[in-house]
Amino acid sequence: MIKLFRLMAVALLFAAQFAHAQLTVEITGAGANRIPIAIANFAGEGLLPQALVGVVRADLERSGLFKLVDPGPTPVHQDAAVDLNQWKDRGADALALASILPVPGGRYEVRMRLYDIARQGKPDGMIFVFAPATVRETGHRIADFIYEKMTGERGVFNTQIAYVVKKGSRFELTIDDADGQNPRIALRSADPIISPTWSPDGTRLAYVSFEAKKPIIYVHSLTSTSRSVVANFKGSNSAPAWAPDGKRLAIVLTKDGSSQIYTINADGSGLTRVAGSSSIDTEPQFSPDGQYIYFTSDRGGSPQIYRVPASGGNAERITFEGSYNVTPRLSPDGKTLAYVSRNGGRFQITAMDLATRQTQILTDSSRDESPSFAPNGRMILYASEIGGRGVLSAVSADGRVKQKLSGQAGGDVREPAWGPFNKP
Amino acid sequence: MRTHTKLSIAALTLAVLAGCSSTGPEQPAAPTEDKSPTAPTGPTVSPVTPPSVDGKKMTAEEALLAQLKDPNSPLSKRIIYFDYDSYVIKDSYASLISAHAKFLTANPKFKMLIQGNTDERGSREYNLALGQKRAEAVKRALMLLGVQEGQLESVSLGEEKPRMVGSDEASYAENRRSEMLYSGEF
Repeated sequence: MIKLFRLMAVALLFAAQFAHAQLTVEITGAGANRIPIAIANFAGEGLLPQALVGVVRADLERSGLFKLVDPGPTPVHQDAAVDLNQWKDRGADALALASILPVPGGRYEVRMRLYDIARQGKPDGMIFVFAPATVRETGHRIADFIYEKMTGERGVFNTQIAYVVKKGSRFELTIDDADGQNPRIALRSADPIISPTWSPDGTRLAYVSFEAKKPIIYVHSLTSTSRSVVANFKGSNSAPAWAPDGKRLAIVLTKDGSSQIYTINADGSGLTRVAGSSSIDTEPQFSPDGQYIYFTSDRGGSPQIYRVPASGGNAERITFEGSYNVTPRLSPDGKTLAYVSRNGGRFQITAMDLATRQTQILTDSSRDESPSFAPNGRMILYASEIGGRGVLSAVSADGRVKQKLSGQAGGDVREPAWGPFNKP
Repeated sequence: MRTHTKLSIAALTLAVLAGCSSTGPEQPAAPTEDKSPTAPTGPTVSPVTPPSVDGKKMTAEEALLAQLKDPNSPLSKRIIYFDYDSYVIKDSYASLISAHAKFLTANPKFKMLIQGNTDERGSREYNLALGQKRAEAVKRALMLLGVQEGQLESVSLGEEKPRMVGSDEASYAENRRSEMLYSGEF
């Protein structure tokens, strides 16, 4: 009986592993000055149920800011005496070494040392204790450590993304690691799910579901998997966007006819109108300081991006080039506006420096939608299309690094949203 | 096909008699099989064709319902197509809109759901708003011709419910539309 149970558990594990199509990341462009780094095989990695160093290497390479130098096959202990000149001769500007030891409680300890060969200073070190089930997460944390030490900005490898997969006529709201290797389905539906967006604390998703045959806004707790209706007014309820305080959302309702922007508490109380016009007003998005709500409106005759003080007031037009600029998304520092512009029939992710109002088209594809900034502002995740199928891609905010996250199995992937640094 | 139509009419009849509004996720979908014991048995179901053809007597209600389905009646035409990025109803739809307005004003018990749709290009949320405008445009046109607001509801499905799946102009054109559905058809 116990044996049977064990077998079943194994079968379930396998099912869980293969039930979800993983996204593979392909880098199609990289930064101009990639840091050459050697990450030696970790001493004691064989103790782990899953590979660890591979996660670290893949993360750093995918960022487009690092170039992996071949470290050779031999594991190197983290406190081994190393001849840095020898590594320099191999072309490495940085060297990472790590050792893994079992610790009480069935857990592991990884100790790491990072040498900045170019700067010749003392190595940086870190220690993580982790459970066997969190090998991948630990890899992302190590990669974040290296990334931050070498680039000076916080890494986003240990963050999560959400997206919607359409499989046949079914829709799956999916939560995944930022590398697309750990998909978990949060909601399955026979009807469309759109516009998932993360609460600032990373514990909840707001989204729009058509399951009641019309668009209704829900807030879904990822810790309890419970969910509640935020807005179910007459007409459409859509385009949720969290305020930076995580207490209120900007939403779009059509209860009085055309699409208008409101704010509402996350529990559905306290509805307040922000902007009203007889034109289309939609896709609200708070600036990171909470001062403004950016939105799309066709009040000037074509869809353009505007902003209005979050407390209400006059709208100011932000985009002027072209006849279709939609889906405003602010970078975490509030300095850059990413949006979708139509250029000669192509829909492309575009960035505007809000100080100078200079714009730059970041992508060279033609069906790009739903830009979403990484929490460090470096990359912008977006939905694209290849061969008639929805795929996720990412481009750096300066347009230099490009990545494709393509599903291995069938399914249209769309509506990506990059989560915050905070994880539940 | 015939059974399907019959059942739809039965459902429609029941919905109208019940004074049904558009609420409730339990709205019966168009039945796809007739074996279900819960399907309306419809002893009063009438043929699709006008009564003169098959000689049976119809109630006034049934005659109206048949009229909505009659391919020879303009009322059987329910789709209004739009230009790209536009929610302006073209002049060529004036007679169609006026036929539906006449029907609704003459039959205030009937309700209509107008669903606005867009092609797949561009932002999903903007398309949801654009679809709403397309539905609203039809609603407003009907109201200008005397239809009571209480008979009309406009909703948008954005780009989520295409009639034709494809990334070419023919598909796009087919999907940029407002659909007019009478009680029981949605």
